[in-house]
Amino acid sequence: MTLKAQSAELTTTTTSTEHAKSSVRLSYRHAFMLVLKRDLTIAMRHKDDIINPLLFFVIVITLFPLGIGPEAQTLSRIAPGIIWVAALLATLLSLDRLFKSDHQDGSLEQMLLSPHPIFLLVLAKILAHWIITGLPLILIAPLLAVLLHLNEQSYTALLLTLLLGTPVLSLLGAIGVALTVGIKKGGVLLSLLVLPLYIPVLIFATSAIDTAALGLPYSGQLAIIAALFFGSLSLAPFAVGAALKVSTN
Amino acid sequence: MWKWLHPYANPEVSYNFTNKMLPWLAWLAAIFLSIGLVWALLFAPADYQQGHSFRIFYVHVPAASLSMGIYFAMAVAAFSSLVWQLKLADASAAAMAPVGAAFTAIALITGAAWGKPMWGTWWIWDARLTSELILLFLYLGVIALHSAFEDKNLAGKAAGILTLVGVINIPIIKYSVDWWNTLHQGSTVSKLGKPSMSLDMLWPFIFCFIGFSLLVGVIVCLRFRNEILARNSIRPWVRELVQQNTTK
Amino acid sequence: MKTLPKQSLPPLISANNLTCIREERLLFDELSIEIHAGDIVQVEGPNGSGKTSLLRILSGLSQPYDGQVLYKAQAVNQCREEFQQNLLYFGHLSGVKGEMTAEENLAFNLALHGNDASKTSEYLANVNLLGFEDSLASHLSAGQHRRIALARLYQSDAPVWILDEPFTAIDKQGVASLEQLFIDHASRGGCVILTTHQDLISIKPEQVKKITLDYNSDCAFD
Repeated sequence: MTLKAQSAELTTTTTSTEHAKSSVRLSYRHAFMLVLKRDLTIAMRHKDDIINPLLFFVIVITLFPLGIGPEAQTLSRIAPGIIWVAALLATLLSLDRLFKSDHQDGSLEQMLLSPHPIFLLVLAKILAHWIITGLPLILIAPLLAVLLHLNEQSYTALLLTLLLGTPVLSLLGAIGVALTVGIKKGGVLLSLLVLPLYIPVLIFATSAIDTAALGLPYSGQLAIIAALFFGSLSLAPFAVGAALKVSTN
Repeated sequence: MWKWLHPYANPEVSYNFTNKMLPWLAWLAAIFLSIGLVWALLFAPADYQQGHSFRIFYVHVPAASLSMGIYFAMAVAAFSSLVWQLKLADASAAAMAPVGAAFTAIALITGAAWGKPMWGTWWIWDARLTSELILLFLYLGVIALHSAFEDKNLAGKAAGILTLVGVINIPIIKYSVDWWNTLHQGSTVSKLGKPSMSLDMLWPFIFCFIGFSLLVGVIVCLRFRNEILARNSIRPWVRELVQQNTTK
Repeated sequence: MKTLPKQSLPPLISANNLTCIREERLLFDELSIEIHAGDIVQVEGPNGSGKTSLLRILSGLSQPYDGQVLYKAQAVNQCREEFQQNLLYFGHLSGVKGEMTAEENLAFNLALHGNDASKTSEYLANVNLLGFEDSLASHLSAGQHRRIALARLYQSDAPVWILDEPFTAIDKQGVASLEQLFIDHASRGGCVILTTHQDLISIKPEQVKKITLDYNSDCAFD
């Protein structure tokens, strides 16, 4: 048996040298950068994907004063909640793109069959998604906070919670997309799966902003959001990988 | 060590086993529930503060704890299905999900009904009601995902992953909601050991609790049998069974 | 197996008692296959007989209802990374991104699978796409998309090729050159498993092993 195994190994080496046209094994970092760069390139050439969720975010936020009334006091009281709920919805809207087109044109299969660990490629795609959707939200949020008369002391808190919280939204959302990517009408289902998972982020983020408005320290809430971030960073890619395998089955 | 479990990985063996178990479970459930409910609703003393409205407690608390328990059981099933590739574990998780959702809904409705006389309103955003509501959403998500797939095996795997994600999230959600708002009266059941709940209230509660748990067992067994049949419809033993039943 | 001497090596890919059920229909039951280095295997059968399902199971994309796939006598689940390094799967979908140019698409595909991606225009010339390197794939036709994807074959060092309908939307000349590529690949000790509705032209019938899938779960392998 061992002899057989040895001879098998020998032939593989010979075949691979015969085949060898300078095969380059990619390191983890290279594979990660490769997928990240590809997704960013695609997004930059398809700018609707970046702009539309952002527009959605802005429009939803402008609707609230129109529905509630222009009193600065009321608005500043509910501003953290509005901004965060709008951010949740905007992320939700943009999640579809994470795997859908890759699934439709077959490149997802190729990624799953590549020799790299799936979680690595998934993580690269999620990071790209966050750069495309999360980062613009963070950049435009202060402007919208002005429109909503957010308490001036809360601006740092708003930015910090968004900075730590939006990656969590991308990570958890990726699980939902991975589960529904093979389903024809997965859009509504996606929101049913993902939104309940977003609740802790929403609670702690808005509370941090509220606490900041009172001039109190909010590092506790930030620490919890950071914990949520690292927890989902380490667990979500594996769940996404498993879910993608089911979806492409 | 786990050898004795192996025969039950065979769908036919499990099917026959649940068949045998069902009448026993059903009778036990009927006995416990009738004793427990009659005792609780007619004979147990009324609460000195809350009066007769307190009696809804005998339904509300078992439903609430079972709603959590069933989700946990689903997670265990999902885990064993994903790790050890047990196809039947998927079937059992699929059997449990709607039952769990129903008990969550019962807990919510009875909670609201209890809240009306207690707090003067049907709904309060208090921590426990809110986490129960979110638990209902998680259940509905699992059920919806399950029904969205055409292939039962894939549906089971996908729902299993979601269940596991959910079970990691439940404590986090619960903690965050608790922290967000605690208005609910102090936990009643944990005070069971202390004299705050008298024995003539405790005993009917225990009967009700066991009765409802057995009821869950009965419904899950019934659904589990159906799931096994649906997943093995092309197997000869299922065809024989169907023929036997149609000729009868 | 008639043409090749029995090898003492374990088969490159083998399947034990595969059962596949799709939408409550049994596609194949207890299917066992052995594919050795140097084999060109054609999976045959009418539409819906499970050809694609079989290829997806062999490649590890789908899980069989029962049975297992072995790579060099080792269960694929146990040696996933090694298997995927040695596998090239080409499905119905070409995996080409409309937002990227032909060259970028090919370079990404090659790099993802650990192949040298430095001479992409050369490989594109192999599939008659010279001059289209910088065209966005969305401006190209379906046949050209498939060519972009197939260009990977010319640079692949994976011994196991699993190709689902590789000739769809490819013209005659392209088919001939692909067939030559398959023959070369097999003679270098690789194996090719493919489905196609067309007759193979330059690959002689005695060089091809056939797996026939039939509706009524009669699977024949000769």
